[in-house]
Amino acid sequence: MVQFGGSNCDRDTHHVLVDVCGVDTDLVWYKDGFARQYDAVVLPGGFSYGDYLRAGAIAARTPIMAEVIRYARAGGLVLGICNGAQIASEAGLVPGVFTLNAYPKFISRHVNLRVENTTSPFTMLYREGEVIRIPIAHAEGRYVAPPGEIERLNREKRVAFRFCDEQGNVGPESNPNGSIESITGILSENRNVLAMMPHPERASEAVLGSEDGVKIFNSMIAYIEKYGRRSPTRQENRT
Amino acid sequence: MKYTVTITIRLKEGMLNPEARAIQHALKNLGFQTEDLSTARLFRITLEAPDAEAARKTARQMCDRLLANPVIHEYTIEVE
Repeated sequence: MVQFGGSNCDRDTHHVLVDVCGVDTDLVWYKDGFARQYDAVVLPGGFSYGDYLRAGAIAARTPIMAEVIRYARAGGLVLGICNGAQIASEAGLVPGVFTLNAYPKFISRHVNLRVENTTSPFTMLYREGEVIRIPIAHAEGRYVAPPGEIERLNREKRVAFRFCDEQGNVGPESNPNGSIESITGILSENRNVLAMMPHPERASEAVLGSEDGVKIFNSMIAYIEKYGRRSPTRQENRT
Repeated sequence: MKYTVTITIRLKEGMLNPEARAIQHALKNLGFQTEDLSTARLFRITLEAPDAEAARKTARQMCDRLLANPVIHEYTIEVE
Protein backbone atom coordinates (compact mmCIF):
# COMPACT_ATOMS: atom_id res chain seq x y z
CA MET A 1 0.00 0.00 0.00
CA VAL A 2 1.72 3.12 -1.21
CA GLN A 3 1.07 6.24 0.87
CA PHE A 4 1.46 9.58 -0.84
CA GLY A 5 1.12 12.94 0.86
CA GLY A 6 -2.64 13.40 0.76
CA SER A 7 -3.60 9.73 0.48
CA ASN A 8 -6.54 9.19 2.84
CA CYS A 9 -7.91 5.73 2.04
CA ASP A 10 -4.62 3.96 2.72
CA ARG A 11 -5.51 2.86 6.26
CA ASP A 12 -9.07 1.85 5.33
CA THR A 13 -7.77 -0.36 2.54
CA HIS A 14 -4.95 -1.65 4.75
CA HIS A 15 -7.57 -2.57 7.39
CA VAL A 16 -9.60 -4.53 4.84
CA LEU A 17 -6.56 -6.35 3.49
CA VAL A 18 -5.22 -7.23 6.95
CA ASP A 19 -8.33 -7.70 9.10
CA VAL A 20 -10.91 -8.85 6.54
CA CYS A 21 -8.76 -10.68 3.97
CA GLY A 22 -5.97 -11.74 6.32
CA VAL A 23 -3.11 -10.60 4.10
CA ASP A 24 0.29 -9.41 5.28
CA THR A 25 0.31 -5.79 4.04
CA ASP A 26 2.78 -2.95 4.51
CA LEU A 27 2.05 0.74 4.36
CA VAL A 28 4.93 2.16 2.32
CA TRP A 29 5.58 5.92 2.47
CA TYR A 30 6.30 7.10 -1.07
CA LYS A 31 9.70 8.47 -0.17
CA ASP A 32 10.85 5.17 1.33
CA GLY A 33 10.54 2.95 -1.74
CA PHE A 34 9.90 -0.79 -1.62
CA ALA A 35 12.12 -2.73 0.79
CA ARG A 36 10.48 -6.14 0.24
CA GLN A 37 9.24 -8.24 -2.64
CA TYR A 38 5.46 -7.93 -2.93
CA ASP A 39 2.71 -9.99 -4.57
CA ALA A 40 0.67 -6.87 -5.33
CA VAL A 41 0.76 -3.09 -5.03
CA VAL A 42 -2.29 -0.98 -4.14
CA LEU A 43 -2.47 2.73 -4.91
CA PRO A 44 -5.08 4.04 -2.48
CA GLY A 45 -7.65 6.80 -2.76
CA GLY A 46 -7.20 10.31 -1.48
CA PHE A 47 -6.01 13.65 -2.75
CA SER A 48 -2.31 13.22 -3.43
CA TYR A 49 -0.63 16.61 -3.77
CA GLY A 50 -3.99 18.28 -3.23
CA ASP A 51 -5.04 17.27 -6.77
CA TYR A 52 -2.78 20.10 -8.00
CA LEU A 53 -2.37 20.32 -11.78
CA ARG A 54 -4.61 17.28 -12.42
CA ALA A 55 -5.73 14.59 -9.98
CA GLY A 56 -2.92 12.05 -9.73
CA ALA A 57 -0.58 13.89 -12.12
CA ILE A 58 2.12 14.76 -9.62
CA ALA A 59 2.07 11.48 -7.67
CA ALA A 60 2.37 9.66 -11.02
CA ARG A 61 5.80 11.26 -11.55
CA THR A 62 7.30 10.42 -8.16
CA PRO A 63 10.29 8.02 -8.00
CA ILE A 64 8.22 5.31 -6.27
CA MET A 65 5.85 5.33 -9.25
CA ALA A 66 8.81 4.62 -11.51
CA GLU A 67 9.26 1.51 -9.34
CA VAL A 68 5.55 0.69 -9.62
CA ILE A 69 5.71 1.06 -13.42
CA ARG A 70 8.69 -1.31 -13.59
CA TYR A 71 6.85 -3.70 -11.28
CA ALA A 72 3.73 -3.60 -13.48
CA ARG A 73 5.78 -4.09 -16.66
CA ALA A 74 7.26 -7.21 -15.08
CA GLY A 75 3.72 -8.53 -14.55
CA GLY A 76 3.15 -7.49 -10.92
CA LEU A 77 -0.46 -6.85 -9.89
CA VAL A 78 -1.31 -3.17 -9.35
CA LEU A 79 -4.72 -2.01 -8.13
CA GLY A 80 -5.45 1.73 -8.33
CA ILE A 81 -8.53 2.89 -6.41
CA CYS A 82 -10.01 6.37 -6.99
CA ASN A 83 -7.02 8.70 -6.65
CA GLY A 84 -4.93 5.56 -7.19
CA ALA A 85 -6.78 5.05 -10.50
CA GLN A 86 -6.06 8.64 -11.46
CA ILE A 87 -2.39 8.08 -10.58
CA ALA A 88 -2.31 4.82 -12.59
CA SER A 89 -3.78 6.49 -15.68
CA GLU A 90 -1.51 9.52 -15.35
CA ALA A 91 1.43 7.11 -15.08
CA GLY A 92 0.34 5.42 -18.32
CA LEU A 93 -0.39 2.07 -16.67
CA VAL A 94 -3.87 2.14 -18.25
CA PRO A 95 -5.04 4.21 -21.22
CA GLY A 96 -7.20 7.32 -20.96
CA VAL A 97 -7.72 9.82 -18.16
CA PHE A 98 -10.13 10.46 -15.29
CA THR A 99 -11.16 14.09 -15.43
CA LEU A 100 -13.73 16.54 -14.04
CA ASN A 101 -17.25 15.06 -13.71
CA ALA A 102 -19.68 16.17 -16.42
CA TYR A 103 -21.63 17.96 -13.70
CA PRO A 104 -18.62 19.36 -11.89
CA LYS A 105 -19.37 18.50 -8.29
CA PHE A 106 -18.03 15.96 -5.84
CA ILE A 107 -20.23 12.85 -5.81
CA SER A 108 -20.16 10.55 -2.78
CA ARG A 109 -22.71 7.75 -2.84
CA HIS A 110 -23.30 4.09 -3.55
CA VAL A 111 -23.59 3.18 -7.22
CA ASN A 112 -24.35 -0.01 -9.10
CA LEU A 113 -21.64 -1.52 -11.25
CA ARG A 114 -21.91 -4.22 -13.88
CA VAL A 115 -19.01 -6.65 -13.90
CA GLU A 116 -17.84 -6.86 -17.51
CA ASN A 117 -14.75 -9.01 -17.19
CA THR A 118 -14.41 -12.09 -15.03
CA THR A 119 -11.10 -13.43 -16.23
CA SER A 120 -8.74 -10.82 -14.80
CA PRO A 121 -6.79 -11.31 -11.54
CA PHE A 122 -9.08 -8.68 -9.95
CA THR A 123 -12.47 -9.93 -11.09
CA MET A 124 -12.20 -13.72 -11.39
CA LEU A 125 -14.50 -14.36 -8.39
CA TYR A 126 -17.40 -12.40 -9.91
CA ARG A 127 -19.99 -13.67 -12.38
CA GLU A 128 -20.14 -11.95 -15.75
CA GLY A 129 -22.90 -9.36 -15.77
CA GLU A 130 -23.20 -9.43 -11.96
CA VAL A 131 -24.45 -6.14 -10.51
CA ILE A 132 -22.53 -5.00 -7.45
CA ARG A 133 -22.94 -2.02 -5.11
CA ILE A 134 -19.82 -0.04 -4.32
CA PRO A 135 -19.54 3.66 -3.36
CA ILE A 136 -17.87 6.35 -5.41
CA ALA A 137 -16.40 9.55 -3.93
CA HIS A 138 -14.85 11.84 -6.50
CA ALA A 139 -15.08 15.06 -8.49
CA GLU A 140 -12.63 13.97 -11.17
CA GLY A 141 -13.81 10.53 -12.20
CA ARG A 142 -15.20 10.98 -15.70
CA TYR A 143 -13.36 8.49 -17.87
CA VAL A 144 -12.19 9.88 -21.20
CA ALA A 145 -10.21 8.10 -23.92
CA PRO A 146 -9.99 8.49 -27.70
CA PRO A 147 -12.66 6.52 -29.66
CA GLY A 148 -10.07 4.12 -31.05
CA GLU A 149 -8.89 3.32 -27.53
CA ILE A 150 -12.46 2.68 -26.31
CA GLU A 151 -13.06 0.37 -29.25
CA ARG A 152 -9.87 -1.51 -28.37
CA LEU A 153 -10.78 -1.75 -24.67
CA ASN A 154 -14.16 -3.25 -25.62
CA ARG A 155 -12.67 -5.61 -28.19
CA GLU A 156 -10.03 -6.86 -25.77
CA LYS A 157 -12.51 -7.16 -22.89
CA ARG A 158 -10.49 -4.73 -20.80
CA VAL A 159 -13.44 -2.86 -19.35
CA ALA A 160 -13.80 -4.30 -15.84
CA PHE A 161 -16.79 -2.28 -14.60
CA ARG A 162 -19.49 0.00 -15.97
CA PHE A 163 -21.98 2.11 -14.04
CA CYS A 164 -25.47 0.62 -14.35
CA ASP A 165 -28.90 0.57 -12.72
CA GLU A 166 -30.07 -2.10 -10.26
CA GLN A 167 -31.02 -4.41 -13.11
CA GLY A 168 -27.65 -4.02 -14.81
CA ASN A 169 -28.82 -1.69 -17.58
CA VAL A 170 -26.17 0.76 -18.73
CA GLY A 171 -27.29 4.22 -19.81
CA PRO A 172 -27.07 7.95 -19.16
CA GLU A 173 -29.48 7.77 -16.16
CA SER A 174 -27.15 5.44 -14.29
CA ASN A 175 -23.94 7.20 -15.30
CA PRO A 176 -23.16 9.56 -12.40
CA ASN A 177 -20.17 11.38 -13.84
CA GLY A 178 -20.49 11.26 -17.63
CA SER A 179 -17.80 8.63 -18.24
CA ILE A 180 -17.58 7.42 -21.84
CA GLU A 181 -19.75 4.30 -22.20
CA SER A 182 -20.22 4.40 -18.39
CA ILE A 183 -16.73 2.94 -18.00
CA THR A 184 -15.28 3.15 -14.49
CA GLY A 185 -12.83 0.27 -14.26
CA ILE A 186 -10.13 -0.45 -16.86
CA LEU A 187 -7.57 -3.18 -17.18
CA SER A 188 -4.09 -2.78 -18.62
CA GLU A 189 -3.06 -4.61 -21.77
CA ASN A 190 -1.78 -7.56 -19.76
CA ARG A 191 -4.68 -7.42 -17.25
CA ASN A 192 -2.28 -7.03 -14.35
CA VAL A 193 -3.31 -3.44 -13.59
CA LEU A 194 -6.86 -2.41 -12.65
CA ALA A 195 -7.72 1.28 -12.31
CA MET A 196 -11.17 1.91 -10.84
CA MET A 197 -12.93 4.97 -9.45
CA PRO A 198 -15.31 3.15 -7.04
CA HIS A 199 -14.00 2.23 -3.58
CA PRO A 200 -14.11 -1.55 -2.98
CA GLU A 201 -12.58 -1.09 0.49
CA ARG A 202 -15.71 0.84 1.49
CA ALA A 203 -17.86 -2.13 0.50
CA SER A 204 -15.93 -4.98 2.09
CA GLU A 205 -17.73 -5.50 5.41
CA ALA A 206 -21.43 -6.08 6.17
CA VAL A 207 -21.35 -3.26 8.72
CA LEU A 208 -20.61 -0.85 5.86
CA GLY A 209 -23.77 -1.87 4.00
CA SER A 210 -22.13 -3.88 1.23
CA GLU A 211 -19.56 -6.62 0.94
CA ASP A 212 -19.54 -6.60 -2.86
CA GLY A 213 -16.09 -5.00 -3.09
CA VAL A 214 -14.13 -7.54 -1.08
CA LYS A 215 -14.19 -9.98 -4.02
CA ILE A 216 -11.70 -7.73 -5.80
CA PHE A 217 -9.13 -8.23 -3.05
CA ASN A 218 -10.06 -11.91 -2.68
CA SER A 219 -9.73 -12.36 -6.45
CA MET A 220 -6.21 -10.95 -6.29
CA ILE A 221 -5.39 -13.30 -3.42
CA ALA A 222 -6.90 -16.32 -5.21
CA TYR A 223 -5.03 -15.40 -8.40
CA ILE A 224 -1.70 -15.10 -6.60
CA GLU A 225 -2.30 -18.39 -4.75
CA LYS A 226 -3.12 -20.12 -8.03
CA TYR A 227 -0.48 -18.69 -10.34
CA GLY A 228 2.15 -17.31 -7.98
CA ARG A 229 3.34 -13.76 -7.99
CA ARG A 230 4.35 -11.87 -11.12
CA SER A 231 2.29 -13.38 -13.88
CA PRO A 232 3.32 -11.63 -17.03
CA THR A 233 1.22 -13.48 -19.59
CA ARG A 234 -2.28 -12.61 -20.59
CA GLN A 235 -4.99 -14.07 -18.42
CA GLU A 236 -7.15 -15.45 -21.24
CA ASN A 237 -4.26 -17.55 -22.50
CA ARG A 238 -4.38 -19.47 -19.25
CA THR A 239 -8.06 -20.20 -18.98
CA MET B 1 20.47 33.43 -21.52
CA LYS B 2 17.37 33.80 -19.40
CA TYR B 3 14.08 33.16 -21.20
CA THR B 4 10.51 33.40 -20.09
CA VAL B 5 8.25 30.79 -21.64
CA THR B 6 4.52 31.17 -21.50
CA ILE B 7 2.65 27.90 -21.83
CA THR B 8 -1.09 27.87 -22.40
CA ILE B 9 -2.85 24.55 -21.94
CA ARG B 10 -6.44 24.09 -23.03
CA LEU B 11 -8.84 21.24 -23.65
CA LYS B 12 -8.83 19.92 -27.19
CA GLU B 13 -11.60 21.12 -29.46
CA GLY B 14 -14.82 19.26 -28.77
CA MET B 15 -13.84 18.13 -25.25
CA LEU B 16 -16.51 18.67 -22.62
CA ASN B 17 -15.50 21.54 -20.30
CA PRO B 18 -17.74 21.40 -17.20
CA GLU B 19 -15.79 24.24 -15.57
CA ALA B 20 -16.46 26.58 -18.49
CA ARG B 21 -20.12 25.61 -18.52
CA ALA B 22 -20.47 26.40 -14.78
CA ILE B 23 -18.73 29.77 -15.21
CA GLN B 24 -20.92 30.60 -18.18
CA HIS B 25 -23.95 29.79 -16.06
CA ALA B 26 -22.72 32.01 -13.20
CA LEU B 27 -22.11 34.88 -15.63
CA LYS B 28 -25.65 34.44 -16.89
CA ASN B 29 -26.91 34.78 -13.32
CA LEU B 30 -25.12 38.13 -13.19
CA GLY B 31 -26.85 39.24 -16.36
CA PHE B 32 -24.05 38.54 -18.86
CA GLN B 33 -25.16 36.69 -21.95
CA THR B 34 -22.28 34.78 -23.54
CA GLU B 35 -22.26 32.79 -26.75
CA ASP B 36 -19.24 30.71 -25.90
CA LEU B 37 -16.73 30.47 -23.08
CA SER B 38 -13.59 28.41 -22.76
CA THR B 39 -10.94 28.19 -20.06
CA ALA B 40 -7.22 27.57 -20.23
CA ARG B 41 -4.35 27.25 -17.84
CA LEU B 42 -1.30 29.46 -18.16
CA PHE B 43 2.20 28.75 -16.89
CA ARG B 44 4.92 31.40 -17.00
CA ILE B 45 8.31 29.81 -16.47
CA THR B 46 11.70 31.50 -16.34
CA LEU B 47 14.61 29.30 -17.29
CA GLU B 48 18.18 29.31 -18.55
CA ALA B 49 18.72 28.13 -22.12
CA PRO B 50 21.40 28.62 -24.81
CA ASP B 51 18.85 30.10 -27.23
CA ALA B 52 15.12 30.64 -27.74
CA GLU B 53 14.70 27.39 -29.67
CA ALA B 54 16.26 25.40 -26.82
CA ALA B 55 13.95 27.14 -24.34
CA ARG B 56 10.97 26.20 -26.52
CA LYS B 57 12.15 22.60 -26.74
CA THR B 58 12.46 22.37 -22.95
CA ALA B 59 8.98 23.86 -22.53
CA ARG B 60 7.59 21.31 -24.98
CA GLN B 61 9.17 18.50 -22.96
CA MET B 62 7.64 19.94 -19.77
CA CYS B 63 4.22 19.87 -21.45
CA ASP B 64 4.62 16.35 -22.79
CA ARG B 65 5.94 14.89 -19.57
CA LEU B 66 3.84 16.68 -16.93
CA LEU B 67 1.95 19.89 -17.62
CA ALA B 68 -0.47 18.59 -20.27
CA ASN B 69 -2.25 15.28 -20.67
CA PRO B 70 -2.21 14.42 -24.39
CA VAL B 71 -5.52 12.54 -24.12
CA ILE B 72 -7.45 15.76 -23.46
CA HIS B 73 -5.11 18.73 -23.84
CA GLU B 74 -3.39 20.83 -26.48
CA TYR B 75 -0.89 23.56 -25.73
CA THR B 76 0.86 26.58 -27.17
CA ILE B 77 4.26 27.94 -26.18
CA GLU B 78 5.55 31.50 -26.47
CA VAL B 79 9.17 32.35 -25.75
CA GLU B 80 10.45 35.81 -24.88
